[in-house]
Amino acid sequence: MSLRSPLARARGLGAAHGGTHHWLAHRMTSIILVPLFLWFAFSVAGLAGADHATAARWLGSPFNAVPTLLLILAMFHHTQAGIEVIMEDYIHTRWRRMAALIAMKWTVALLAVAAVFAVLKVAFGY
Amino acid sequence: MTTHSRPLSPHLQVYRFQWTMALSIVHRITGAGLAVGTILLVWWLLALAAGPDYYAYVQGLLGTWLGRLLLFGWSWALFYHLCNGIRHLCWDAVWGFEIRTAFVSGMLVAAASIVLTLLAWSIAYGLLGG
Repeated sequence: MSLRSPLARARGLGAAHGGTHHWLAHRMTSIILVPLFLWFAFSVAGLAGADHATAARWLGSPFNAVPTLLLILAMFHHTQAGIEVIMEDYIHTRWRRMAALIAMKWTVALLAVAAVFAVLKVAFGY
Repeated sequence: MTTHSRPLSPHLQVYRFQWTMALSIVHRITGAGLAVGTILLVWWLLALAAGPDYYAYVQGLLGTWLGRLLLFGWSWALFYHLCNGIRHLCWDAVWGFEIRTAFVSGMLVAAASIVLTLLAWSIAYGLLGG
């Protein structure tokens, strides 16, 4: 006989109260990051030494700005998911882990917003 | 406080070294390194948004030997994490768990990360006419 309620059994989430969402989101972002980063890394390598006007014209084009924005969103989602796993593995004190996770998530959010802002400013400014 | 010596799960030192474990921890290390490296990317984008003067200043800094070393390390970490990430996705699809396959795919990942890094830097230095 189980002491779990029928509802809890139907949800099937156990004591963690979470399913595979975190794991799946980490994989989903990694799938889109493969082509995006191959494109971005080689494009930016081609911009090495280029002056501001050339680089801004490249990033300002919708065909580059939109994929770059997608890359920023996927990259920072993937980043916070990865660092979360690392922190959960190595920080064993509950309050320290919680503090580190909160600080990390808002730092990543700040970087993501700054990156989006920069791309939009270049895209709309040129 | 009394401490009880409870049995612990085996630590790393009881295992014989395998290349696959080195590749595994390098995936995590490059991941953490890339997370720090995002600051560099955001800085570059903000410099682009700030205008020609600040962009030239940032490019000057990135052009120093230390800047180039950081960029080189970051680009290799990116390609390694990307290639090994594909390997992880294959494992998630339940492919390649056999010891020999895992070893060979790991060596392929290491080789591909070096080739891609050198390719990107040849483009950066205009060796391929880019």
